[in-house]
Amino acid sequence: MKSGLFGAATIAAVAFGLQPVWAQDSVKIGFVSTFSGPQAAIGEDMRRSVELALEHLGGKMGGKKIEIVYEDDQFKPDVGKARSEKLVQQDKVNFVSGYIWSNVLLASLKTVADEGDTILVGANAGPSQIAGELCNKNFFSTSWNNDQTPMAMGEYLNTKGVKSLYVVGPNYAAGKDMLAGVKRTYKGKLMGEDYTKWPDQLDFSAELTKIGAAKPEGIFIFYPGAHGVQFVKQWAQSGLNKTVPLYQVFSIDAITLPQQGELALGTLGAQEWVNDLPNDQNKRYVADFKKKHNTYPSYYGAQSYDAIMLIASAVEALKGDLGNKDKVRAEMKKANFKSLRGDFKFNTNQFPIQNFYIQETVKDPQGMMTVKTIATAVTAAKDPYYEKCSMK
Amino acid sequence: MEYLLIQVLNGVQLGLLMFLLAAGLTLTFGIMDLVNLAHGSLYMMGAYIAWTFVTWTDSFVLGALLALPATFALGMAVEAVVMRRLYARDHLDQVLATFGLILFFNELVRVLWGPAGKSIAVPPFLSRTIEILPGVPYPAYRFALIVVGAVVAILLAWLVARTRLGMLIRAGASNRRMIAALGVNIELLFSLVFGLGAVFAGLAGLMAAPISSVKIGMGDDILILAFVIIVIGGIGSIKGAFVAAMLVGQIDIVGRAFLPDLLKTVMPPASASAAAPAISQVLVYILMAGVLVWRPTGLFGQRA
Repeated sequence: MKSGLFGAATIAAVAFGLQPVWAQDSVKIGFVSTFSGPQAAIGEDMRRSVELALEHLGGKMGGKKIEIVYEDDQFKPDVGKARSEKLVQQDKVNFVSGYIWSNVLLASLKTVADEGDTILVGANAGPSQIAGELCNKNFFSTSWNNDQTPMAMGEYLNTKGVKSLYVVGPNYAAGKDMLAGVKRTYKGKLMGEDYTKWPDQLDFSAELTKIGAAKPEGIFIFYPGAHGVQFVKQWAQSGLNKTVPLYQVFSIDAITLPQQGELALGTLGAQEWVNDLPNDQNKRYVADFKKKHNTYPSYYGAQSYDAIMLIASAVEALKGDLGNKDKVRAEMKKANFKSLRGDFKFNTNQFPIQNFYIQETVKDPQGMMTVKTIATAVTAAKDPYYEKCSMK
Repeated sequence: MEYLLIQVLNGVQLGLLMFLLAAGLTLTFGIMDLVNLAHGSLYMMGAYIAWTFVTWTDSFVLGALLALPATFALGMAVEAVVMRRLYARDHLDQVLATFGLILFFNELVRVLWGPAGKSIAVPPFLSRTIEILPGVPYPAYRFALIVVGAVVAILLAWLVARTRLGMLIRAGASNRRMIAALGVNIELLFSLVFGLGAVFAGLAGLMAAPISSVKIGMGDDILILAFVIIVIGGIGSIKGAFVAAMLVGQIDIVGRAFLPDLLKTVMPPASASAAAPAISQVLVYILMAGVLVWRPTGLFGQRA
């Protein structure tokens, strides 16, 4: 009898699933990230932060239950696009968020924001195209434009007096943006520039030998996740760690440090969020995250947490009524939420105007590898593409 | 000059690592007529098993020595459970089944070791640079890789050319039905060959681990290159796999180290630095296409 009832309920659920009759009762958010393969650790960090955001919200926004649908892009643009399509068309989510990789986001943007007319909150990737000519009224970023973090690093290298630099990164959308970013602000001598095959080149012996021969005063790298682990290890093994300091963006963080260990000690990086930023919401986030998972959160997680909080602020303001998309967008644009990085304001292209900090890799009092803020590189920075965006 | 020498050594090191992987692949493909996409999974399993033993024994050498027989056993088990059912099937079935194995092993690793990846530290006595020529430093671990790779290549050459097992392997590569007809226990031979291939893949995986890291899917990327190598070298030929691996290693390094500067002599620097990565990424495939036009069975291939 019981199972019969259950079966009937299931059939009803499936039948009505096509027209979500109880859609008014919940806010549905699709979250696309990498949950399998070598880069799955990043996706896991993001998921943990999303779950923590839900916990801090008490599982509700504007009086409605929050429903999250996670989708795995498998680190591939075509899969990411297909999963995004499924979220918009089949699950009929109210918001889509996530996206680690610029090439995955670029492949999915049109599907979600144009064809699906669904609001997309980018929680990591920030390709220059979307900040500029491809900017979209449905796209909001809680991260940065790719160029900005390396631009901040370039500024810092100028003030530090690093006279010559060798830059290396992977040959894909974000890699090109990142190297373009550091070259835009860095004023010293560029000793060389290498693009490596992405994502399957894991051996950097040829590049490191070239760097050794060029004798620069610093190396700048962008190698996210697993690739950052490789590069740092090989840099140390080549002996270059004793002669050429490493400056990085997105290559040494809470996800890679357990594997890089002490090899990464003392390296400097730029970031818009650091785990020791002294605002109350950040202290609570980092403390709760550490208590639950016994490890530090990364910027991937912090940006995902912010994405959920940004969505919550709009849903709260509208008391859960998401019927009018213009109103939702207007509320989103106000960014009326407490970001983990402190003050948060959107530019005309709906990318944040924000500070960037310089962080050093250190050991915390418990002996765990982490990063700490040592300087502010730039304040209230705008990305270099917003003037190309048609939204004013 | 020293720069050139180091880059050549980098190429040799990469080539030897690829040879270890390609040797097993060419044996199974050439002798057993089995397309084994899961060869990369054995490479990954070798690294994970080594990580477990290294962590347990606290010694890289000891951990590696324990991991090799374990990978051999794993290879034999995979052969007995899965591969044996596939010999009579056509290549498409083998591709499907071994692709399934890739998914299986990737998930198995996630369940057993977690999604985050592991790292094996370079053993302390090798975590420095040595001077290969006065004033020319080279990472000691990479040099050790070259030595081990070369020793294994020589051992394998001896095994194939001078032993009874090697004779059977060579006979199997050129005519399987004939050696079966001569009363050779072909089932046992296949098991041994597959286990041997697994050991070489596992050895490559555990030796690569301290340079890169131990992670899910680590064998999938490198497998494509291994297939390119056995096609260039000629399927079933150990000698071919060796020559092709060396060629591919050097070409890869040339593309990364010298191509940008070479291109700058014939085109403006901006377009040269844009074109170089694109070209160096396809050089290996251009080589393969060239070899196939010139010798359709590969450099040392025997069967048409």
